[in-house]
Amino acid sequence: MHKEFIRSMLFLGAALALALSGFSYAQMTEYEENQRLGMESHIDTVTGHAAAAETNYRRYCTGCHGDLGDGEGENAQWIDPKPRNFTLGQFKCRSTPTGTLPTDEDLYNTIGRGLINSNMPQWLPLTTHEKVDLVAYVKHFSPRFATEKPGTPIKVPPEPEVTADRIKAGQAVFQRLECWKCHGATGRGNGPSADTLTDDQNRPIKPFDFRDVTRFKCGSTDQDLYKIFMTGLDGTPMPSFSDSVKPDEAWNLVFYLRTLQPMNSREKQIAKQLGLKPINPNAAPAGAAPQPHPEQQEPHQQQPQSQQQKQPPSP
Amino acid sequence: MTSLRRSLVGVLVSAIFFLALSVPPAHAIPAFARKYGLRCSACHVAWPVLNDFGWRFKDNGYQLMNDRDAPIWQHPSYWPVTFRTTPSWHLEKTNRASVDVGSGVNNGQVGITQDGFDLSGLDILTGGTLEKNISFLLTPSSDNTGAFHFESAWVRLDNLLHSPWFNFRFGKFELDNFISEKRTLTLSAVGGIYQLYHFVPPNDVNTFGQIGDNQLGIEWQGHSFNDRTRLSAALFSSNDGNVNLQNANTYSGFFNISQAFDLGGLGQQRVGAYYFLGQAPTYSLTSAGVPIPGSSLGNKSFNREGLWGDFFIYKFEVPVYFQHGSDNPHFAITPPGATSPPTPANVPLPAAARAPTWDGFFVEPRFIVSPQLVLFQRTEIVRMSQQALRGSIPSNLGDLNVYTLGYRWYPIMTSRAGFAFHNEYSRISQRSAAPDGTDLTSSSVFVGFDFDF
Repeated sequence: MHKEFIRSMLFLGAALALALSGFSYAQMTEYEENQRLGMESHIDTVTGHAAAAETNYRRYCTGCHGDLGDGEGENAQWIDPKPRNFTLGQFKCRSTPTGTLPTDEDLYNTIGRGLINSNMPQWLPLTTHEKVDLVAYVKHFSPRFATEKPGTPIKVPPEPEVTADRIKAGQAVFQRLECWKCHGATGRGNGPSADTLTDDQNRPIKPFDFRDVTRFKCGSTDQDLYKIFMTGLDGTPMPSFSDSVKPDEAWNLVFYLRTLQPMNSREKQIAKQLGLKPINPNAAPAGAAPQPHPEQQEPHQQQPQSQQQKQPPSP
Repeated sequence: MTSLRRSLVGVLVSAIFFLALSVPPAHAIPAFARKYGLRCSACHVAWPVLNDFGWRFKDNGYQLMNDRDAPIWQHPSYWPVTFRTTPSWHLEKTNRASVDVGSGVNNGQVGITQDGFDLSGLDILTGGTLEKNISFLLTPSSDNTGAFHFESAWVRLDNLLHSPWFNFRFGKFELDNFISEKRTLTLSAVGGIYQLYHFVPPNDVNTFGQIGDNQLGIEWQGHSFNDRTRLSAALFSSNDGNVNLQNANTYSGFFNISQAFDLGGLGQQRVGAYYFLGQAPTYSLTSAGVPIPGSSLGNKSFNREGLWGDFFIYKFEVPVYFQHGSDNPHFAITPPGATSPPTPANVPLPAAARAPTWDGFFVEPRFIVSPQLVLFQRTEIVRMSQQALRGSIPSNLGDLNVYTLGYRWYPIMTSRAGFAFHNEYSRISQRSAAPDGTDLTSSSVFVGFDFDF
């Protein structure tokens, strides 16, 4: 009887220890969180406070980004692309050089703009204060924001006039930088490397399809496009080309990329007048025999595969 | 054996302790939540009341505008359907009801109280997009006996010319009420509706001016990119949403405009104005004394207009609504030789006849403790400003006072289902409406589980 009592006490003790360990773990993370809830953000004259955004974060963001900001919300398993892991302090849409932290304004703009072709909507109806508070809350998840300062935003030189020469030069940059390897010769996002790409967390990722949408993940203006390839999209295979492209060349590339998009634009009109053909990735040095253009052969074969990839995993 | 039992009890207690600690925090038409992977709280202040993000989603044609709104992006097994019902216990009490006494008919009055377990009926909400910028909603809805009707059935062409200002809806739809009765927090028999959305003076038979009822027609709606500015105009048949052209060739219109603005850190505030102008028939051609359906004649007009607002003070949301209403006297006056109104348009009215008019308002403060708990209260007042017959009707006949108090608690909040424990008390007092001419008072107590999936 005595042994039985001791045994049962041991069981109870073990169970209680298990429960308490969970509780103390929760307490510790809560403590750490409280430490960081003092995080602030600043947009113009508005100061955001992480602590003020807790309710709104749980209301709007937790389902995907998770309570801990680790991108492991309850819906994350059904979402492609996966939600951002805020704890890493790594963000695609920045005005700052690759590897650096984004500015508060970068995060603020991302919240309002959303991310096209993803589950991240435009949180436009939220008030300025709510969005600024959320910026602080997003920052509080990563210790990087406590120890590092954001990078210095890159300078975007004034946009030059669009000309036929610039578009042709942009196409040459597109070929030289081998953008086509991922984005495809016509910008459809189906280059030869497209199926092999993974993000920093080793998850498959698809290159941007220029022909499908009218705006980009990180904005819709020429300046936004300029910034995308001069800062890179951190955490993705899209690198920064700031070291290998001069500002003037970058503008040329912007103009050429506009010709790949579906909507009518000045660039597209000029490209049409020029009779601009897509690049030929297999183009050999002058004098070599021309080879057939891969995308001119199989645009319709590529489409079903591309759509199949866009389906979320079956439940 | 005893020790094993104790151990099991220990583990069970610990497990319950753990579960209690790990109840998932914080929900909608779950079909949308499932489609987009968002919790209900993303679109709802407290389900089913929409927040500003939810309104933008709705105004964009149930689209997030992230280029993944077309159904082709969904897994083939996705089916945009939601079921909603509310099993409940409720108590209904009326202070004075006419009863037969002895051999007499309706010559007595008593208070009646009834209570018991009940059902709300069933809403089957199917909605979403047919293609990018083509949205729809189909809502077969039943009463609690299982008799179905179509609460909503519409298709909408969204963002025509790539502009959020050109959206056209066609079919049976809810009028553009920002303070939506279809999304009200209240469920009880007394408090479950906004009285002002259905109000007509006593004896007035104009049932076609009901802002709260879904209508059959066409609607243009436009909004700014961020949905701060909203405009709409609807033209619909004066059938109060009923099918088969009961009142043929008769139309009404509803207009709504609103503007939202930030007020520092208090939240987004919105003010708006509406105007409901309609006409409805007062008689029909008859065959063998029986009205011929669709042969209605003698249209007379009615109107409802007012201002509204939706204000936030941190966690307090305070919707307010004002209305001035007026009906043509033909709707409210019994002609000579008849037992009830209307007076046909081709029959002259008595000299003392005039248009019945009224003014009313409601205010419904809501305290949003968290996305999972909301406390609410509503005060609704209607005052007759002019009776249909000068001198012969008590000036306060038809005045209403309604008070409602309750809370909704959402123990779970995911993107798969909505579940709320709902508790509400509501009381309505109608002046001079009891059989003996005193006030008629009814009250409701409601306890239930409101869920959808």
